[in-house]
Amino acid sequence: MPALHISEIKKYFGALLVLDGVSLDIEPSEVVAVIGRSGSGKSTMLRCINGLEKIQAGLIEVAGHRIGPQGGDLRSLRKEVGMVFQSYNLFPHLTVMENVTLAPKVVKGVDRKEAEAIAHDVLRRVGLAEKSGAYADELSGGQQQRVAIARSLAMQPKVMLFDEVTSALDPELTGEVLKTMEELADAGMTMVLVTHEMGFARQVADRTVFMHKGKVWEQGPSEELFANPQTPELRNFIAPSLK
Amino acid sequence: MAYQMNFTPVMALAPQLVEGALNTLILSGQAIVAGLAIGVVGAVSRTEGPRWLDRAVGVYVELFRNTPLLVQLFLIFFGLPYVGVRLSANMAAIIAIALNLGAYSTEILRAGLQAIPRTQIEAGLALGLSRLQVVRYVVIIPALQIIYPALTGQLTLTLLGSSIASAISATELTAAGARIESTTFRSLETFLCVAVIYIAMTFAFRFVYWRIGMWLFRRKAPPKPSLIADAIEVSRAGA
Ligand SMILES: Nc1ncnc2c1ncn2[C@@H]1O[C@H](COP(=O)(O)OP(=O)(O)OP(=O)(O)O)[C@@H](O)[C@H]1O
Ligand SMILES: [Mg+2]
Repeated sequence: MPALHISEIKKYFGALLVLDGVSLDIEPSEVVAVIGRSGSGKSTMLRCINGLEKIQAGLIEVAGHRIGPQGGDLRSLRKEVGMVFQSYNLFPHLTVMENVTLAPKVVKGVDRKEAEAIAHDVLRRVGLAEKSGAYADELSGGQQQRVAIARSLAMQPKVMLFDEVTSALDPELTGEVLKTMEELADAGMTMVLVTHEMGFARQVADRTVFMHKGKVWEQGPSEELFANPQTPELRNFIAPSLK
Repeated sequence: MAYQMNFTPVMALAPQLVEGALNTLILSGQAIVAGLAIGVVGAVSRTEGPRWLDRAVGVYVELFRNTPLLVQLFLIFFGLPYVGVRLSANMAAIIAIALNLGAYSTEILRAGLQAIPRTQIEAGLALGLSRLQVVRYVVIIPALQIIYPALTGQLTLTLLGSSIASAISATELTAAGARIESTTFRSLETFLCVAVIYIAMTFAFRFVYWRIGMWLFRRKAPPKPSLIADAIEVSRAGA
Protein backbone atom coordinates (compact mmCIF):
# COMPACT_ATOMS: atom_id res chain seq x y z
CA MET A 1 0.00 0.00 0.00
CA PRO A 2 1.44 3.41 -0.91
CA ALA A 3 2.23 5.86 1.88
CA LEU A 4 0.53 8.58 -0.11
CA HIS A 5 -2.07 8.01 -2.77
CA ILE A 6 -3.18 10.84 -5.03
CA SER A 7 -5.77 10.05 -7.61
CA GLU A 8 -6.95 12.29 -10.44
CA ILE A 9 -7.09 15.49 -8.42
CA LYS A 10 -8.31 18.71 -9.96
CA LYS A 11 -7.89 22.12 -8.45
CA TYR A 12 -9.37 25.36 -9.72
CA PHE A 13 -8.71 28.88 -8.53
CA GLY A 14 -11.86 30.49 -9.84
CA ALA A 15 -11.88 29.59 -13.53
CA LEU A 16 -8.15 28.82 -13.59
CA LEU A 17 -7.44 25.09 -13.69
CA VAL A 18 -4.21 24.67 -11.72
CA LEU A 19 -4.13 20.90 -11.19
CA ASP A 20 -5.52 18.99 -14.11
CA GLY A 21 -5.97 15.39 -13.01
CA VAL A 22 -2.80 14.71 -11.05
CA SER A 23 -2.21 11.12 -9.91
CA LEU A 24 0.75 9.99 -7.87
CA ASP A 25 1.50 7.03 -5.60
CA ILE A 26 4.37 7.34 -3.19
CA GLU A 27 5.73 4.24 -1.51
CA PRO A 28 6.87 4.13 2.11
CA SER A 29 10.42 5.50 2.46
CA GLU A 30 10.36 6.79 -1.08
CA VAL A 31 11.81 10.23 -1.75
CA VAL A 32 10.13 12.05 -4.61
CA ALA A 33 11.31 15.37 -6.01
CA VAL A 34 8.83 17.58 -7.82
CA ILE A 35 10.23 19.98 -10.36
CA GLY A 36 8.66 22.29 -12.89
CA ARG A 37 8.31 25.86 -14.03
CA SER A 38 6.93 28.59 -11.87
CA GLY A 39 3.15 28.39 -11.90
CA SER A 40 3.03 24.73 -12.94
CA GLY A 41 1.13 23.84 -9.75
CA LYS A 42 3.83 22.31 -7.54
CA SER A 43 3.01 24.27 -4.38
CA THR A 44 -0.68 23.90 -5.01
CA MET A 45 -0.30 20.13 -5.14
CA LEU A 46 1.52 20.03 -1.80
CA ARG A 47 -1.07 22.35 -0.26
CA CYS A 48 -3.87 20.10 -1.50
CA ILE A 49 -2.18 17.05 -0.03
CA ASN A 50 -2.53 18.37 3.50
CA GLY A 51 -5.80 20.14 2.91
CA LEU A 52 -4.67 23.75 2.95
CA GLU A 53 -6.43 23.96 -0.42
CA LYS A 54 -9.68 22.24 -1.31
CA ILE A 55 -9.73 19.99 -4.34
CA GLN A 56 -12.61 20.00 -6.81
CA ALA A 57 -12.21 16.41 -7.96
CA GLY A 58 -10.20 13.32 -7.11
CA LEU A 59 -8.98 11.71 -3.93
CA ILE A 60 -6.04 11.99 -1.55
CA GLU A 61 -5.30 9.21 0.92
CA VAL A 62 -2.69 8.99 3.66
CA ALA A 63 -2.64 6.23 6.28
CA GLY A 64 -6.30 5.48 5.72
CA HIS A 65 -7.41 9.11 5.99
CA ARG A 66 -9.06 10.41 2.85
CA ILE A 67 -9.87 13.83 1.58
CA GLY A 68 -11.90 14.55 -1.50
CA PRO A 69 -13.95 17.39 -2.95
CA GLN A 70 -16.32 17.07 0.02
CA GLY A 71 -13.43 17.55 2.42
CA GLY A 72 -12.68 14.80 4.89
CA ASP A 73 -11.00 14.33 8.21
CA LEU A 74 -8.41 17.02 7.68
CA ARG A 75 -7.01 17.02 11.18
CA SER A 76 -6.37 13.28 11.28
CA LEU A 77 -4.69 13.50 7.92
CA ARG A 78 -2.53 16.44 8.97
CA LYS A 79 -1.25 14.48 11.96
CA GLU A 80 0.28 12.06 9.46
CA VAL A 81 1.60 14.67 7.03
CA GLY A 82 4.28 17.16 7.99
CA MET A 83 4.79 20.25 5.89
CA VAL A 84 7.70 22.65 5.74
CA PHE A 85 7.35 25.94 3.92
CA GLN A 86 9.72 28.18 2.05
CA SER A 87 9.32 30.91 4.67
CA TYR A 88 10.00 28.73 7.80
CA ASN A 89 7.02 30.24 9.68
CA LEU A 90 8.33 29.64 13.17
CA PHE A 91 6.05 31.17 15.79
CA PRO A 92 7.94 34.29 16.89
CA HIS A 93 6.55 34.50 20.42
CA LEU A 94 7.61 30.96 21.31
CA THR A 95 11.06 29.54 21.96
CA VAL A 96 12.45 26.82 19.75
CA MET A 97 11.43 24.28 22.39
CA GLU A 98 7.90 25.70 22.60
CA ASN A 99 7.59 25.76 18.80
CA VAL A 100 8.49 22.09 18.65
CA THR A 101 6.41 20.88 21.59
CA LEU A 102 3.25 22.86 20.76
CA ALA A 103 1.62 20.42 18.35
CA PRO A 104 2.45 17.23 20.27
CA LYS A 105 1.00 18.80 23.42
CA VAL A 106 -2.05 20.45 21.91
CA VAL A 107 -2.94 18.06 19.09
CA LYS A 108 -1.86 14.72 20.53
CA GLY A 109 -2.25 15.52 24.22
CA VAL A 110 1.29 14.40 25.00
CA ASP A 111 2.38 15.60 28.44
CA ARG A 112 5.06 18.24 28.79
CA LYS A 113 7.89 15.96 29.81
CA GLU A 114 7.34 13.54 27.00
CA ALA A 115 6.87 16.37 24.49
CA GLU A 116 10.20 17.84 25.58
CA ALA A 117 11.89 14.48 25.24
CA ILE A 118 10.55 14.20 21.69
CA ALA A 119 11.67 17.77 21.01
CA HIS A 120 15.20 17.10 22.24
CA ASP A 121 15.33 14.09 20.00
CA VAL A 122 14.19 15.87 16.82
CA LEU A 123 16.28 18.97 17.56
CA ARG A 124 19.30 16.73 17.91
CA ARG A 125 18.49 15.20 14.54
CA VAL A 126 18.60 18.62 12.89
CA GLY A 127 21.70 19.55 14.88
CA LEU A 128 20.13 22.27 17.02
CA ALA A 129 19.70 20.70 20.43
CA GLU A 130 21.58 23.59 22.03
CA LYS A 131 19.18 26.21 20.62
CA SER A 132 16.06 25.06 22.44
CA GLY A 133 15.78 28.28 24.47
CA ALA A 134 16.29 30.62 21.52
CA TYR A 135 13.64 32.62 19.69
CA ALA A 136 13.28 32.61 15.91
CA ASP A 137 14.81 36.04 15.47
CA GLU A 138 17.95 34.88 17.22
CA LEU A 139 18.54 32.19 14.59
CA SER A 140 19.88 32.28 11.05
CA GLY A 141 17.54 31.42 8.21
CA GLY A 142 19.09 27.99 7.88
CA GLN A 143 18.69 27.32 11.58
CA GLN A 144 15.09 28.52 11.50
CA GLN A 145 14.34 26.19 8.63
CA ARG A 146 15.92 23.26 10.47
CA VAL A 147 13.80 24.05 13.52
CA ALA A 148 10.74 24.12 11.24
CA ILE A 149 11.72 20.66 10.02
CA ALA A 150 12.14 19.48 13.62
CA ARG A 151 8.77 20.96 14.52
CA SER A 152 7.13 18.86 11.82
CA LEU A 153 9.09 15.75 12.76
CA ALA A 154 7.92 16.05 16.36
CA MET A 155 4.47 14.98 15.19
CA GLN A 156 6.03 11.76 13.88
CA PRO A 157 4.42 12.10 10.47
CA LYS A 158 4.29 9.29 7.94
CA VAL A 159 5.00 11.67 5.07
CA MET A 160 6.91 14.94 4.93
CA LEU A 161 6.21 17.63 2.34
CA PHE A 162 8.83 20.26 1.60
CA ASP A 163 8.03 23.30 -0.53
CA GLU A 164 11.21 24.95 -1.79
CA VAL A 165 12.59 25.01 1.71
CA THR A 166 15.94 26.42 0.64
CA SER A 167 14.73 29.10 -1.78
CA ALA A 168 14.63 31.87 0.79
CA LEU A 169 18.11 31.07 2.09
CA ASP A 170 21.44 32.58 1.27
CA PRO A 171 23.45 30.09 -0.81
CA GLU A 172 25.88 29.37 2.03
CA LEU A 173 22.98 28.30 4.26
CA THR A 174 21.22 25.97 1.84
CA GLY A 175 23.80 23.25 2.41
CA GLU A 176 22.96 22.66 6.07
CA VAL A 177 19.25 22.35 5.30
CA LEU A 178 19.82 20.03 2.36
CA LYS A 179 22.06 17.91 4.57
CA THR A 180 19.30 17.64 7.17
CA MET A 181 16.88 16.54 4.48
CA GLU A 182 19.31 14.03 3.10
CA GLU A 183 19.74 12.51 6.55
CA LEU A 184 15.98 12.26 6.87
CA ALA A 185 15.80 10.51 3.53
CA ASP A 186 18.54 8.10 4.61
CA ALA A 187 16.61 7.38 7.80
CA GLY A 188 13.71 6.16 5.72
CA MET A 189 11.31 9.10 5.83
CA THR A 190 8.78 9.25 3.03
CA MET A 191 9.28 12.62 1.42
CA VAL A 192 7.87 14.80 -1.32
CA LEU A 193 10.02 17.78 -2.04
CA VAL A 194 9.37 20.60 -4.42
CA THR A 195 12.76 21.97 -5.33
CA HIS A 196 14.73 24.08 -7.72
CA GLU A 197 17.92 22.34 -6.64
CA MET A 198 18.25 20.01 -9.61
CA GLY A 199 21.47 18.51 -8.34
CA PHE A 200 19.85 17.67 -5.04
CA ALA A 201 16.81 16.13 -6.73
CA ARG A 202 18.97 14.01 -8.94
CA GLN A 203 21.21 12.86 -6.14
CA VAL A 204 18.78 12.32 -3.26
CA ALA A 205 15.37 11.63 -4.77
CA ASP A 206 14.52 8.08 -5.79
CA ARG A 207 12.10 9.48 -8.30
CA THR A 208 11.57 12.86 -9.89
CA VAL A 209 8.26 14.17 -11.11
CA PHE A 210 8.16 16.93 -13.70
CA MET A 211 5.02 19.01 -13.54
CA HIS A 212 3.86 21.08 -16.46
CA LYS A 213 0.57 22.90 -16.97
CA GLY A 214 -1.00 21.31 -13.91
CA LYS A 215 -0.18 17.77 -14.99
CA VAL A 216 2.42 15.18 -14.16
CA TRP A 217 4.14 15.62 -17.49
CA GLU A 218 6.92 13.13 -17.06
CA GLN A 219 8.34 11.08 -14.20
CA GLY A 220 10.86 8.38 -13.53
CA PRO A 221 13.85 7.33 -11.44
CA SER A 222 15.79 10.55 -10.95
CA GLU A 223 19.02 9.48 -12.58
CA GLU A 224 17.19 8.25 -15.68
CA LEU A 225 14.88 11.24 -15.90
CA PHE A 226 17.69 13.76 -15.82
CA ALA A 227 19.98 11.73 -18.08
CA ASN A 228 17.31 10.90 -20.58
CA PRO A 229 14.35 13.28 -20.63
CA GLN A 230 11.60 12.11 -22.98
CA THR A 231 9.57 15.24 -23.58
CA PRO A 232 10.78 18.48 -25.16
CA GLU A 233 9.27 20.42 -22.24
CA LEU A 234 11.43 18.61 -19.69
CA ARG A 235 14.47 18.81 -21.96
CA ASN A 236 14.00 22.58 -22.16
CA PHE A 237 13.44 22.85 -18.47
CA ILE A 238 16.55 21.01 -17.35
CA ALA A 239 18.83 22.25 -20.12
CA PRO A 240 20.14 25.27 -18.17
CA SER A 241 21.03 23.15 -15.14
CA LEU A 242 23.05 20.74 -17.25
CA LYS A 243 25.35 23.42 -18.61
CA MET B 1 -9.11 89.87 44.70
CA ALA B 2 -7.53 86.48 44.15
CA TYR B 3 -9.56 83.42 45.02
CA GLN B 4 -8.43 81.82 48.26
CA MET B 5 -8.35 78.06 47.88
CA ASN B 6 -9.45 76.18 50.94
CA PHE B 7 -9.23 72.42 50.94
CA THR B 8 -10.16 71.95 54.61
CA PRO B 9 -13.90 71.37 54.11
CA VAL B 10 -13.18 68.96 51.28
CA MET B 11 -10.55 67.10 53.27
CA ALA B 12 -13.01 66.71 56.07
CA LEU B 13 -15.04 64.56 53.69
CA ALA B 14 -12.05 62.71 52.28
CA PRO B 15 -13.42 59.29 53.32
CA GLN B 16 -16.23 59.84 50.82
CA LEU B 17 -13.68 60.44 48.08
CA VAL B 18 -11.81 57.30 49.06
CA GLU B 19 -14.99 55.29 48.99
CA GLY B 20 -15.90 56.81 45.62
CA ALA B 21 -12.46 55.98 44.26
CA LEU B 22 -12.76 52.39 45.49
CA ASN B 23 -16.14 52.09 43.82
CA THR B 24 -14.71 53.46 40.59
CA LEU B 25 -11.97 50.85 40.75
CA ILE B 26 -14.41 48.04 41.39
CA LEU B 27 -16.88 49.25 38.80
CA SER B 28 -14.39 49.84 36.02
CA GLY B 29 -12.37 46.75 36.97
CA GLN B 30 -15.43 44.57 36.50
CA ALA B 31 -16.43 46.40 33.32
CA ILE B 32 -12.93 46.00 31.90
CA VAL B 33 -12.81 42.25 32.57
CA ALA B 34 -16.30 41.75 31.12
CA GLY B 35 -15.68 44.14 28.22
CA LEU B 36 -12.43 42.41 27.26
CA ALA B 37 -14.13 39.02 27.41
CA ILE B 38 -16.79 40.35 25.06
CA GLY B 39 -14.07 41.80 22.85
CA VAL B 40 -12.18 38.50 22.56
CA VAL B 41 -15.34 36.54 21.79
CA GLY B 42 -16.53 39.26 19.39
CA ALA B 43 -13.22 39.49 17.52
CA VAL B 44 -12.82 35.71 17.19
CA SER B 45 -16.47 35.41 16.10
CA ARG B 46 -15.89 38.00 13.41
CA THR B 47 -12.70 36.47 12.08
CA GLU B 48 -13.39 32.75 12.55
CA GLY B 49 -17.15 32.42 12.83
CA PRO B 50 -19.78 31.88 10.15
CA ARG B 51 -20.91 34.90 8.17
CA TRP B 52 -24.18 35.38 10.08
CA LEU B 53 -22.25 35.61 13.35
CA ASP B 54 -19.80 38.11 11.89
CA ARG B 55 -22.78 40.19 10.72
CA ALA B 56 -24.56 39.97 14.07
CA VAL B 57 -21.45 41.05 15.97
CA GLY B 58 -20.97 43.81 13.39
CA VAL B 59 -24.43 45.19 14.13
CA TYR B 60 -23.68 45.20 17.87
CA VAL B 61 -20.36 46.95 17.29
CA GLU B 62 -21.90 49.63 15.09
CA LEU B 63 -24.75 50.27 17.51
CA PHE B 64 -22.41 50.80 20.43
CA ARG B 65 -19.79 52.76 18.56
CA ASN B 66 -22.28 55.19 17.08
CA THR B 67 -24.20 56.19 20.17
CA PRO B 68 -22.95 58.06 23.24
CA LEU B 69 -22.01 55.97 26.25
CA LEU B 70 -24.28 58.14 28.38
CA VAL B 71 -27.27 57.32 26.18
CA GLN B 72 -26.39 53.62 26.32
CA LEU B 73 -26.29 53.88 30.10
CA PHE B 74 -29.71 55.57 30.23
CA LEU B 75 -31.24 53.01 27.90
CA ILE B 76 -29.98 50.15 30.04
CA PHE B 77 -30.79 51.73 33.38
CA PHE B 78 -34.21 53.09 32.47
CA GLY B 79 -35.10 50.66 29.70
CA LEU B 80 -34.42 47.25 31.21
CA PRO B 81 -37.00 47.63 34.01
CA TYR B 82 -39.66 47.68 31.24
CA VAL B 83 -38.71 44.12 30.35
CA GLY B 84 -38.72 43.12 34.00
CA VAL B 85 -34.99 43.46 34.72
CA ARG B 86 -34.30 45.66 37.70
CA LEU B 87 -30.73 46.77 38.13
CA SER B 88 -28.87 48.77 40.71
CA ALA B 89 -27.26 51.92 39.32
CA ASN B 90 -23.82 50.34 39.67
CA MET B 91 -24.84 47.15 37.92
CA ALA B 92 -26.39 49.14 35.06
CA ALA B 93 -23.17 51.13 34.81
CA ILE B 94 -21.01 47.99 34.69
CA ILE B 95 -23.19 46.50 31.96
CA ALA B 96 -23.26 49.65 29.86
CA ILE B 97 -19.53 50.28 30.16
CA ALA B 98 -18.69 46.62 29.49
CA LEU B 99 -20.89 46.56 26.38
CA ASN B 100 -19.33 49.80 25.18
CA LEU B 101 -15.78 48.56 25.76
CA GLY B 102 -16.76 45.20 24.23
CA ALA B 103 -17.68 46.93 20.97
CA TYR B 104 -14.47 48.95 20.78
CA SER B 105 -12.20 46.11 21.85
CA THR B 106 -13.86 43.75 19.36
CA GLU B 107 -12.67 46.00 16.57
CA ILE B 108 -9.23 46.62 18.08
CA LEU B 109 -8.64 42.90 18.64
CA ARG B 110 -9.98 42.04 15.21
CA ALA B 111 -7.48 44.39 13.63
CA GLY B 112 -4.75 42.56 15.54
CA LEU B 113 -5.96 39.11 14.52
CA GLN B 114 -6.15 40.17 10.88
CA ALA B 115 -2.63 41.58 10.97
CA ILE B 116 -1.13 38.14 11.55
CA PRO B 117 0.28 36.73 8.30
CA ARG B 118 -1.69 33.89 6.74
CA THR B 119 1.50 31.85 6.62
CA GLN B 120 1.56 31.69 10.43
CA ILE B 121 -1.98 30.37 10.48
CA GLU B 122 -1.21 27.80 7.79
CA ALA B 123 1.86 26.63 9.68
CA GLY B 124 -0.38 25.99 12.68
CA LEU B 125 -3.03 24.19 10.64
CA ALA B 126 -0.39 22.08 8.91
CA LEU B 127 0.74 20.87 12.33
CA GLY B 128 -2.77 19.58 12.95
CA LEU B 129 -4.09 22.35 15.18
CA SER B 130 -7.76 23.26 14.86
CA ARG B 131 -8.64 26.80 13.82
CA LEU B 132 -9.44 27.79 17.38
CA GLN B 133 -6.22 26.23 18.64
CA VAL B 134 -4.36 28.25 16.01
CA VAL B 135 -6.03 31.40 17.32
CA ARG B 136 -5.23 30.54 20.90
CA TYR B 137 -1.65 29.31 20.60
CA VAL B 138 -0.32 30.92 17.43
CA VAL B 139 -2.20 34.11 16.72
CA ILE B 140 -3.49 35.74 19.87
CA ILE B 141 -0.25 36.78 21.56
CA PRO B 142 1.38 38.36 18.50
CA ALA B 143 -1.98 39.94 17.65
CA LEU B 144 -2.31 41.38 21.16
CA GLN B 145 1.20 42.67 20.94
CA ILE B 146 0.44 44.61 17.76
CA ILE B 147 -2.62 46.34 19.18
CA TYR B 148 -1.54 46.56 22.82
CA PRO B 149 -1.08 50.36 22.91
CA ALA B 150 -4.49 50.91 21.27
CA LEU B 151 -6.13 48.44 23.60
CA THR B 152 -4.66 49.79 26.82
CA GLY B 153 -5.52 53.31 25.66
CA GLN B 154 -9.10 52.16 25.28
CA LEU B 155 -8.99 50.68 28.79
CA THR B 156 -7.82 54.00 30.21
CA LEU B 157 -10.74 55.70 28.45
CA THR B 158 -13.00 53.11 30.05
CA LEU B 159 -11.70 53.87 33.52
CA LEU B 160 -12.23 57.58 33.03
CA GLY B 161 -15.52 57.05 31.22
CA SER B 162 -16.91 55.29 34.27
CA SER B 163 -17.50 58.83 35.61
CA ILE B 164 -20.67 59.01 33.51
CA ALA B 165 -22.17 56.53 35.97
CA SER B 166 -22.58 59.56 38.23
CA ALA B 167 -25.47 60.56 35.95
CA ILE B 168 -27.57 57.71 37.39
CA SER B 169 -26.20 58.34 40.87
CA ALA B 170 -24.00 55.29 41.00
CA THR B 171 -21.64 55.61 43.93
CA GLU B 172 -18.35 56.19 42.10
CA LEU B 173 -15.73 58.91 42.38
CA THR B 174 -17.31 61.64 40.26
CA ALA B 175 -20.62 61.19 42.04
CA ALA B 176 -18.83 61.40 45.40
CA GLY B 177 -17.22 64.63 44.20
CA ALA B 178 -20.60 66.03 43.19
CA ARG B 179 -22.03 65.22 46.59
CA ILE B 180 -19.12 66.85 48.41
CA GLU B 181 -19.37 69.87 46.16
CA SER B 182 -23.06 70.29 46.96
CA THR B 183 -22.43 70.33 50.70
CA THR B 184 -19.17 72.33 50.82
CA PHE B 185 -19.72 74.59 47.77
CA ARG B 186 -15.97 74.24 47.19
CA SER B 187 -16.31 73.23 43.51
CA LEU B 188 -12.76 73.92 42.38
CA GLU B 189 -11.10 72.27 45.35
CA THR B 190 -13.39 69.25 45.20
CA PHE B 191 -12.85 68.52 41.54
CA LEU B 192 -9.13 69.19 41.74
CA CYS B 193 -9.01 66.45 44.36
CA VAL B 194 -11.15 64.24 42.14
CA ALA B 195 -8.88 64.88 39.16
CA VAL B 196 -5.76 64.02 41.15
CA ILE B 197 -7.31 60.74 42.25
CA TYR B 198 -8.21 59.89 38.63
CA ILE B 199 -4.63 60.57 37.59
CA ALA B 200 -3.33 58.33 40.35
CA MET B 201 -5.71 55.57 39.28
CA THR B 202 -4.85 55.80 35.56
CA PHE B 203 -1.16 55.65 36.46
CA ALA B 204 -1.75 52.60 38.60
CA PHE B 205 -3.76 50.90 35.83
CA ARG B 206 -1.19 51.73 33.18
CA PHE B 207 1.51 50.28 35.37
CA VAL B 208 -0.52 47.09 35.71
CA TYR B 209 -1.02 46.92 31.90
CA TRP B 210 2.67 47.38 31.44
CA ARG B 211 3.46 44.52 33.84
CA ILE B 212 0.93 42.31 32.12
CA GLY B 213 2.52 43.22 28.79
CA MET B 214 5.98 42.34 30.15
CA TRP B 215 4.65 38.95 31.05
CA LEU B 216 2.60 38.31 27.88
CA PHE B 217 5.27 39.52 25.48
CA ARG B 218 8.37 38.25 27.25
CA ARG B 219 9.94 38.33 23.82
CA LYS B 220 9.60 42.08 23.28
CA ALA B 221 8.42 44.02 26.28
CA PRO B 222 6.25 47.06 25.68
CA PRO B 223 7.78 50.47 26.50
CA LYS B 224 7.29 51.66 30.03
CA PRO B 225 4.29 53.94 30.44
CA SER B 226 5.78 57.32 29.75
CA LEU B 227 4.62 59.09 32.89
CA ILE B 228 5.98 56.32 35.08
CA ALA B 229 9.24 56.38 33.19
CA ASP B 230 9.30 60.15 33.56
CA ALA B 231 8.62 59.92 37.27
CA ILE B 232 11.47 57.45 37.67
CA GLU B 233 13.75 59.83 35.77
CA VAL B 234 12.68 62.75 37.95
CA SER B 235 13.23 60.82 41.18
CA ARG B 236 16.67 59.69 39.95
CA ALA B 237 17.59 63.27 39.08
CA GLY B 238 16.44 64.38 42.51
CA ALA B 239 18.45 61.73 44.32
N1 LIG C 1 -4.58 31.41 -3.78
C1 LIG C 1 -4.53 31.48 -5.12
N2 LIG C 1 -5.49 32.15 -5.80
C2 LIG C 1 -5.46 32.22 -7.15
N3 LIG C 1 -4.53 31.66 -7.91
C3 LIG C 1 -3.55 30.98 -7.30
C4 LIG C 1 -3.49 30.86 -5.87
N4 LIG C 1 -2.40 30.15 -5.54
C5 LIG C 1 -1.81 29.83 -6.71
N5 LIG C 1 -2.49 30.32 -7.76
C6 LIG C 1 -2.14 30.13 -9.19
O1 LIG C 1 -2.01 28.75 -9.42
C7 LIG C 1 -0.95 28.50 -10.32
C8 LIG C 1 0.00 27.50 -9.71
O2 LIG C 1 0.63 28.09 -8.58
P1 LIG C 1 1.66 27.32 -7.68
O3 LIG C 1 1.99 28.22 -6.55
O4 LIG C 1 1.15 25.99 -7.36
O5 LIG C 1 2.90 27.21 -8.66
P2 LIG C 1 4.33 26.62 -8.38
O6 LIG C 1 4.54 25.54 -9.35
O7 LIG C 1 4.49 26.30 -6.95
O8 LIG C 1 5.24 27.85 -8.78
P3 LIG C 1 6.59 28.41 -8.09
O9 LIG C 1 7.71 27.60 -8.65
O10 LIG C 1 6.65 29.83 -8.56
O11 LIG C 1 6.44 28.29 -6.62
C9 LIG C 1 -0.34 29.83 -10.64
O12 LIG C 1 -0.85 30.27 -11.88
C10 LIG C 1 -0.80 30.71 -9.52
O13 LIG C 1 -0.92 32.04 -9.98
MG1 LIG D 1 5.60 27.18 -5.35
